[in-house]
Amino acid sequence: MNIGTLDAGRMAKHNRRKRTNAIALALSLAAMSFGLFWLAWILFETIRLGFGGLALSVFTQSTPPPQAETGGLANAIVGSGIMVAMATAIGTPVGVMAGVYLAEYGQRTVLGRLTQFINDILLSAPSIVIGLFIYSVIVARFRTFSGWAGVLALSLIVIPVVIRTTENMLILIPNSLREAAYALGTPKWKVILSITLKAARAGVITGVMLALARIAGETAPLLFTALSNQFFSTNLGEPMASLPVTIFKFAMSPYENWRDLAWAGVFIITLGVLALNILARVLFRNKH
Amino acid sequence: MDMRVETPYGERVKLAMRDLNFFYGSFHALKHIDLVIPDRKVTAFIGPSGCGKSTLLRVFNRMFELYPEQRAEGSVTLDGQDILDRKLDVSLIRAKIGMVFQKPTPFPMSIYDNIAFGVRLFETLPRVEMDERVEWALKKAALWGEVKDKLGQSGASLSGGQQQRLCIARGIAIKPEVLLLDEPCSALDPISTGKIEELIHELKTDYTVVIVTHNMQQAARVSDYTAYMYLGDLIEFGPTSELFMKPKKKETEDYITGRFG
Repeated sequence: MNIGTLDAGRMAKHNRRKRTNAIALALSLAAMSFGLFWLAWILFETIRLGFGGLALSVFTQSTPPPQAETGGLANAIVGSGIMVAMATAIGTPVGVMAGVYLAEYGQRTVLGRLTQFINDILLSAPSIVIGLFIYSVIVARFRTFSGWAGVLALSLIVIPVVIRTTENMLILIPNSLREAAYALGTPKWKVILSITLKAARAGVITGVMLALARIAGETAPLLFTALSNQFFSTNLGEPMASLPVTIFKFAMSPYENWRDLAWAGVFIITLGVLALNILARVLFRNKH
Repeated sequence: MDMRVETPYGERVKLAMRDLNFFYGSFHALKHIDLVIPDRKVTAFIGPSGCGKSTLLRVFNRMFELYPEQRAEGSVTLDGQDILDRKLDVSLIRAKIGMVFQKPTPFPMSIYDNIAFGVRLFETLPRVEMDERVEWALKKAALWGEVKDKLGQSGASLSGGQQQRLCIARGIAIKPEVLLLDEPCSALDPISTGKIEELIHELKTDYTVVIVTHNMQQAARVSDYTAYMYLGDLIEFGPTSELFMKPKKKETEDYITGRFG
């Protein structure tokens, strides 16, 4: 018999398997191109419309009045930078530690299950709800919009994302690795710190980056908390400008100089998140 | 307290079990084990899968305590001291009773740090002495020649056999008194296996070695004493040559001659 064929029954089955494979591959490729198409278009439009408005003044001057000749986004860029950095700095340790609790201590406990459940709710809570919550407990109470309120709202978005990714990444670490560490007489905190968290590092960092990318573009939680500020300010006790809120305000305006700045802002956020992502990946690359 | 200080064969007792029972939930996995393990000898546990030999090993360093549904009853003593005593710090027991697992488990760090990690838990050594300790452990595990030029590389970059020898080096670097080996060669090629068996021979001058193996030839080659277990019972224990040449029990004979089941 020829080496390239099988008897009729087995050949039919083999051909059917090949057809199924071809169809599955075609569907996957189609889905991938559909996703990529929109992504590429977004990126293309961002660059096309944003790059044109980019000038040095965007980074040096604050948001202008309508129809002004000059003006930039300096106050919004700095405001966003401060609030996103602070929210990540607060949310990351809280999220990582809570995730460690869930994965390493709270498995199969009532408190652990309850925390997971509440965290899932928080994870899927619309960000405008979080904004309104901070508005009612902080802004309304202290009678002022402030950068701090914005930071708090953003960290409430960071925390559940980081908790979830940390927990998931730690659960993936095989128990044999934990046992090997315990077998040397390693105390539990050190097993977690030096072995499991280290092994899960890349995944945890990815979670933090995802959270950071998300809050960099969040508008709703800042609308009622940090509000905005047309002047340059680094005082977290005052209302603070941010890129998303400025974009929201400017993009819908009838003034051309504002709309151009809105696109420049979109371009800066996109590029900033991308750059941070690459930087984090290079810095925390898994060496071991 | 276990007063047995000498085995029936005149050796000093290192580990002793008295009426040891073990449960996975409601499953009775070890049944009334009475056994003494001699000091500075190699003791092998053989038996079909599920007979409880690995379970027994995990009692010696209280590894089972990681899982709340597992529990041990009875007594296990190391040099006469009960190691199942809840008041005893389990880390100290594990510093004295090291373990190497079936699958290699390099830590996510460099080859050097894989060895130094355990040492640093109990000792603060100056750099030079730490270097010496790492070299000593890697030489003992017959790995030094292959890794001495890449100590900074990841432990995971080694081959499976090298990783397993790395784990053995890690285990002996903290200088335990007892070394538990849970099928240490089951994932290894014959050359690596040979190296590890030589190592076991060498280790018994300083350590008490307890090895669980599926491979009866290996048990015959490396051990001084052998225990045959079946379904949670200790069937027979004796000097390896006796157990293999003229077993006292019919079950043992059936198993070692392959007429089992």
